[in-house]
Amino acid sequence: MSNGYDSNAFSIIRPPKGWELLDFKELLAYRDLFYFLVWRDIKVLYAQTVLGFAWAILNPLVQIVIFSIIFGKVARLDTGGIPYVLFSTVAIIPWTYMSESMSASSQSLVTGQNLLGKIYFPRLIFPLTPVLAKLVDFCISLLLLIGVMIYYKITPTLNLVYLPLFVLLMMAVPAGVGLWMSSLAIRFRDVKFAMPFVLRMLIYTAPILYSADKIPDQYRVLYSINPIVGVIEGYRSCLLGTEMQWEYILPGVVAGTLLLISGALYFRRMERVFVDVI
Amino acid sequence: MKKNLAIKVDNISKIYRIGTREQANENFIGAMFEFVRSPLENFRKYRSLYDFSDVEESDGNKDDLSVIWALRDVSFEIPQGEVVGVIGTNGAGKSTLLKILSRITPPTRGEVGIRGRVSSLLEVGTGFHQELTGRDNVYLNGTILGMRKREVDRKFDEIVEFSGVDKFLDTPVKRYSSGMRVRLAFAVAAHLEPEILIIDEVLAVGDATFQQKCMNKMHDVGQQGRTVLFVSHNMAAVTRLCPRAMLLDQGGLVEDGPSDKVVEHYLKTGLGTTSVRSWPDLTDAPGDDVVRLRRVSVATEDGESPESIDIRHSVGLRMEYRVLKAGKVLFPYFIVTNDQGVVVFSTIDQDPEWQGRQRTPGDYVSTAWIPENLLSEGILYVNPVMRAPERRIRHFNEKDAVAFNIVDPAEGDSARGHWTGRLSGVVRPMLRWETEFTPV
Repeated sequence: MSNGYDSNAFSIIRPPKGWELLDFKELLAYRDLFYFLVWRDIKVLYAQTVLGFAWAILNPLVQIVIFSIIFGKVARLDTGGIPYVLFSTVAIIPWTYMSESMSASSQSLVTGQNLLGKIYFPRLIFPLTPVLAKLVDFCISLLLLIGVMIYYKITPTLNLVYLPLFVLLMMAVPAGVGLWMSSLAIRFRDVKFAMPFVLRMLIYTAPILYSADKIPDQYRVLYSINPIVGVIEGYRSCLLGTEMQWEYILPGVVAGTLLLISGALYFRRMERVFVDVI
Repeated sequence: MKKNLAIKVDNISKIYRIGTREQANENFIGAMFEFVRSPLENFRKYRSLYDFSDVEESDGNKDDLSVIWALRDVSFEIPQGEVVGVIGTNGAGKSTLLKILSRITPPTRGEVGIRGRVSSLLEVGTGFHQELTGRDNVYLNGTILGMRKREVDRKFDEIVEFSGVDKFLDTPVKRYSSGMRVRLAFAVAAHLEPEILIIDEVLAVGDATFQQKCMNKMHDVGQQGRTVLFVSHNMAAVTRLCPRAMLLDQGGLVEDGPSDKVVEHYLKTGLGTTSVRSWPDLTDAPGDDVVRLRRVSVATEDGESPESIDIRHSVGLRMEYRVLKAGKVLFPYFIVTNDQGVVVFSTIDQDPEWQGRQRTPGDYVSTAWIPENLLSEGILYVNPVMRAPERRIRHFNEKDAVAFNIVDPAEGDSARGHWTGRLSGVVRPMLRWETEFTPV
């Protein structure tokens, strides 16, 4: 009876040399394990809590309320006519996903060091698992987003067709950051301390709390190299039906892709010493 | 690689750099500053953690102190279906070898050819998560060990039955007793069906009944025609389960052959347990604040401690211990096991002098004399224990502390008489035989 693998498979173990490409065949062979690790992360997260999955809504909700009061009412930031609550909700939802998955992904090798040292499976699974697992939280928080959109009577426009691109970009950024950071975290435990405050700073580098129109023209391209900018602007334009701001989005798409590819290559390069250096 | 081989290891070495790691910066800021100051230097240092092209070929003479050769030029072949034991002292390289074969860490030099799927059991219950139920953990652990989901589906009922936790399958594992957890984990592992199975000392967990169950399962697996690599400190298990064994010492493969010969080599050359074992430093001697074990030995009546003892001679099991606290009653106790893991006998202090008396602090030497012509030929392991009137207390319990080999030169005056064939049995007492003869 087939167990789903080749019992005569022949392989050679050698000292790794130089840069190695991703082994997609291997990743495919381990997809069941990948699935179970993601499922484990999801199931365990809210175990023994009373509110359970409601936390996925509470977390962004509290942020939206506070920001709306501070930046919307008190500071009265200009958001180009869009009500502040709507403005920030559309950005906070994807941002929450990105910041949570970046954080979890960068610690993935350290948290999983027990598995790392005892079992073999493609190491790439470690940083990629939180990127998928946090999508569940994201989907739940979408309820909040839809609720807010309905309240403000926003009707969907054709721009929605671009949404999948931004969802992918939204996943690619934490994946890329996670790949880089998790490899570094193995060697420099500082990453664990640096990530929280870096994430707190990052929220200001993207037009989450303020409008990107305020950025002076000459810095626009530089500003947009940050792929988070592309994600946020993309979400805004898609969901609110405003004009697609490609000049903010495209540099970010390129940067995000490069981040992901370089992260994967660096991770593969450093993979060989993870167990020895941890 | 020849078709009938499961594993072919070709001159592999594994080098770890030591010392450099301490010097290299542990924190980012420090590393950043140094990076600015001397980027090349740092890159070289970090790279040296995994790049060993600068380390010269070693013939054993040139010892570069900044590196450790966890494995050094190890080569061997294992045909399909063989069950091989891997023995050696701690630090000999056994775990490193297993890690390389399991692809957890790559070799620094050399190559390994593997035919078939490898499943490694380096720990029981890897990946078990406390918050998940038993059912969830079976799937999680199963896929972690390399099974596909449909394989776990197929074997699920068998696994549950083997473990005996069916009533609690849907309770979170954190509510299980440690015994239940181990049984469940082992049940999953026992249903792996890889071509090559690598096991590292997992038999060391659980109680005696469980360990016996594990041993039996291991035996079955060997019978099924799988290739098994088994690392253990338990010589009895190795000789019982593995026809072939490899001895590693300080990273090198020292011997490779029939397991009883290799185990004997291990014991004789003092690489493993010998007939004397001592703990000169009181602070790490086995024991507690009441009593500490200083020395265990096996002696003959003339005071010698040879590794091989003539079956016709009396054998003394001796423990030297220091009593630290006054007022306690102590029972020196020995358990003797053979190389099949069977307990030959246990014996408790019979000396009328101190029986049931509270001990005065001081150094004691207690010896138990085994009469001649009682034991069987073969290797015997001695387990000194210090017991107390409260049955559960063991002040020390050193499993396989020393070992000795009983030999019968077959000169006619032992229980063998003039018989040169095999005489089985856990003991071999010299009995009185009577013959009545009536001519016809």
